[in-house]
Amino acid sequence: MLTRDQAADIFNRIRKLSSADEVEVFVAGGHFSLTRFANNTIHQNVTEENYTVSVRTAFGGRTARASTNKFDDESLRQVVRSSESLSKVQHPDPDLLPMPDAREASAESGAPAQKAPSRHFEATAAMTPEFRAEGVKQMVTVAQRHDITTAGVYSSAESVEGIFNSRGLSNWHAQTSAEISITMLAQDSSGWQKANSPDVTLLNPQRLAEIAAQKAMDSAHPREIAPGKYTVILEPAAVLDLVGFMFFDYSGMALLDQRSFLNGRIGTQLFGDNISIRDNVNHPLQTGSPFDGEGVSRQTVSLVENGVIQRVVYARGSAARMKRSEYKDNCGPIAATGHGFLLPNEMGEAPQNIVFDSPRNPQTVDQMIAATERGVLVTRVWYIREVDPFEKIVTGMTRDGTFLVENGRVTGGLRNFRFNQSLIHMLSNVSSMSVPVRASGEEAFDMVVPAMKVNDFNFTEVTKF
Amino acid sequence: MYRKLETAAPPPICFPIRGPRSDYIPRLCGRLKLPRMRHVANWALDAAKLRGATFADVRVVAQRSRALTTKNGKVGSASDAESVGMSVRVLADGAWGFAASAELGRGAVEATAARAVHVAQASARVKTQDIQLAPEKPAVAEWTTPHRIDPFTVSVEQVIELLLKVDSELRSVDGVTLAEANMNFNREEIWYASSQGADIHQTKFSTGAGYAAYAFVDNELQKRSYPNSFGGQWQNKGYELIEELKLVENARRIGEEAVALHRADRCPEGTFDIILDSSQLGLQIHESVGHPIELDRVLGMEANFAGTSFLTLEKLRTLRYGSVLVNVVADARQEHGPGLGTFAYDDEGVPAQCTPIITHGLFTGYLSSRETAHTIGETRSGGTLRAESWNRLPMIRMTNISLLPGENPLSLEQLIASTDHGILMQTNRSWSIDDKRYNFQFGCEIGWEIKNGKRVRMVKNPSYSGITTEFWNSLDAICSRDEWTLWGTPNCGKGQPQQVMGTGHGASPSRFRKIKVGSAYKTM
Repeated sequence: MLTRDQAADIFNRIRKLSSADEVEVFVAGGHFSLTRFANNTIHQNVTEENYTVSVRTAFGGRTARASTNKFDDESLRQVVRSSESLSKVQHPDPDLLPMPDAREASAESGAPAQKAPSRHFEATAAMTPEFRAEGVKQMVTVAQRHDITTAGVYSSAESVEGIFNSRGLSNWHAQTSAEISITMLAQDSSGWQKANSPDVTLLNPQRLAEIAAQKAMDSAHPREIAPGKYTVILEPAAVLDLVGFMFFDYSGMALLDQRSFLNGRIGTQLFGDNISIRDNVNHPLQTGSPFDGEGVSRQTVSLVENGVIQRVVYARGSAARMKRSEYKDNCGPIAATGHGFLLPNEMGEAPQNIVFDSPRNPQTVDQMIAATERGVLVTRVWYIREVDPFEKIVTGMTRDGTFLVENGRVTGGLRNFRFNQSLIHMLSNVSSMSVPVRASGEEAFDMVVPAMKVNDFNFTEVTKF
Repeated sequence: MYRKLETAAPPPICFPIRGPRSDYIPRLCGRLKLPRMRHVANWALDAAKLRGATFADVRVVAQRSRALTTKNGKVGSASDAESVGMSVRVLADGAWGFAASAELGRGAVEATAARAVHVAQASARVKTQDIQLAPEKPAVAEWTTPHRIDPFTVSVEQVIELLLKVDSELRSVDGVTLAEANMNFNREEIWYASSQGADIHQTKFSTGAGYAAYAFVDNELQKRSYPNSFGGQWQNKGYELIEELKLVENARRIGEEAVALHRADRCPEGTFDIILDSSQLGLQIHESVGHPIELDRVLGMEANFAGTSFLTLEKLRTLRYGSVLVNVVADARQEHGPGLGTFAYDDEGVPAQCTPIITHGLFTGYLSSRETAHTIGETRSGGTLRAESWNRLPMIRMTNISLLPGENPLSLEQLIASTDHGILMQTNRSWSIDDKRYNFQFGCEIGWEIKNGKRVRMVKNPSYSGITTEFWNSLDAICSRDEWTLWGTPNCGKGQPQQVMGTGHGASPSRFRKIKVGSAYKTM
């Protein structure tokens, strides 16, 4: 693994090669391995190691970036030359700020000196192909016991991320990750589970397999019911993949560009008063580095409080621009929050460590089912795309475990639905929630979200399975 | 309006690179002091064999990309990237292993090969049968994407100047609140070798460009894109593509349409005949033909992520996929055009081929690989295995999946004139399909209601939905060759870990009868 000292040495070599006013280097990479299975067989099995050095140079308001995965002298000379020649032909950007030093990077965001819990676990880093194969064997055994087939992945990663600049800033983050995703396929039904953690000892492949298998068995011979508005119980992964489509709008740059559904809505009651959302990289169930694309410390930010939109996040440059803009008086607090992407970019920033507040009266999924006269239980959702950017209508499908709930019980499987659902409407009609958990889906980044029971969820069509 | 991007004419012969050679082409190899690729391949293949591999192949890949964007009068992003590495894929104990590394020294290469064998031996702990590969005569070949202008020889100043000119035209329209433009160039050099004697060197170029105008008024955000949405048009070509696209010439119209959409009526809801423009139809083909025919999906290999398929093995040559007018091919050959799915050899050394997928409406072909060909009774792979990069496992990917144009002369205007009542929909805005590829819903940026053969009004937020085979069986007219464009989708996602791939889709505007329109905005 590349160490911090080795990365710092690469930066020093690059800095000596550069004639730029300022230089910034972002280093990222690591080991990654993934064992993939289908039809109760390991059919793909991969491992790789790779690191990338990304160099940004700045000359009087002109900046650009070049990257390479080669660290020999000639390669570093070339990547510096690429960055500098690209930078020099840019038009000067009056909004480009000088790079921050270490003091500014923490003072900018006002983040107290919180330390995120360690996200590096030796047991995860030491996972072997044999270990993953044994985990897969456990999952396949569960499938075989039920006479069904299984497909999925068991992966492990050890990664590093660092940012250094010519003003003395030096930030580094290392973490591990283990992940299991499993689908169980019966004759005409399926079930799914997914979990990840920096600590592999917290993952239980057999338990995940049993839950997915039970879902496949319980949803066998799915019925078709008419589309319409239903009371829907969304498991956490389904909630994540839905709400994930709104968080790139919680961005100062998005407001400035007038492409955010929050334009003109900061300070308004947009969701139900039971919805409070934060961005908090230090939450124990979160992962990722505690600094942004300029090395600024990520601040914990309250985005939504009791359904009222509080504010958006900002990179340094977006905050400076917003302070001078015509929107500054009705967009909430304006300050760098440490959520910027690598510069230069056209998107600005976005929250990446979403945590929903726990509800006052949490209900488990079983309790939500027990309290439902007629509704639909959804395990996960799929292929979600935005239909209307301002009403935040998204479309997608249910998948891998969709059930009818009647009189407080799951009474059988259902054919999957297509939905066209406004996220504003959805989050205004949540009648109960569970304690938030770490969830992982396929359409959005991992978050800490609850299960939700939602009234009048809009299923518009039914598919054939 | 720019339309004709591609004809059936043979592509130009690869001209020598005009102008100054890119700083990067010789420098990449000389600077890295790369040993000859055969040495790298031999080190890997020998090491794999020594450790018990019964088959091995090696890819050494050098990639270069440039991305430039502008936004509201300024450069949004400017970046160059390169990535070089190698990977080894092996069969040992009847199972697959794959390992990749950025290091090309002998020790590192041999260690990577050893790791691949180790991984394969772990795979063998959970298998039901040994992998069998369809035979393939090992090829020794060189190939380069035909191109006239190496895009990396074009100065960045020239590119930025063009993008800012587009930007200026877009924002000259009162009411445009956001203008975005992009241009992208890629170069990929692949050395492939196998333990069966294949030795193939290919160099691929791709170019992409596009722009979008947004108009935000009150509580509504409308958008128009050109030549296509979400990144524009892409082909395996050099900078000459940019010259063909007429970007500046169309910018003002696009800005005006984005603003005009606010005054337009919402697309009516109900059952209508629809005409899809060429670009939207390209995406329809991608989602509802290209993906379901991937044989690895059909066999369950993508079940946990991208999904499976409504197609099953016995449907080959029995299923009526579309109406008799529907003819779809998977064609990776140069003669099909400079699509993103065009190459000489796939990433396991199988030559590019043309596979009929739908023939006069009958389902006639899958996308296959050496591992999967036998499942459909084929003795040879269809040549569709590709990987995003050196560190990704090759998998079955669409090549150029194209709807062949109508045989009789028919222009878009003639098609409209022959439509009593329908909706013409242009340029994709949203897309979604279920995990077996049955139920889909698409939204477009702009529509036109047609009555008695004439466009009578612009409509906004048009959308349509359906079931794949019902939809394709409702096709009753396809415009002819003059209206055919070979579109590029640069970022088709699949696999775990996920990887993206460029795919090509040729289409002429076509009409579909009695389609459900407007359910995206339907309130019940």
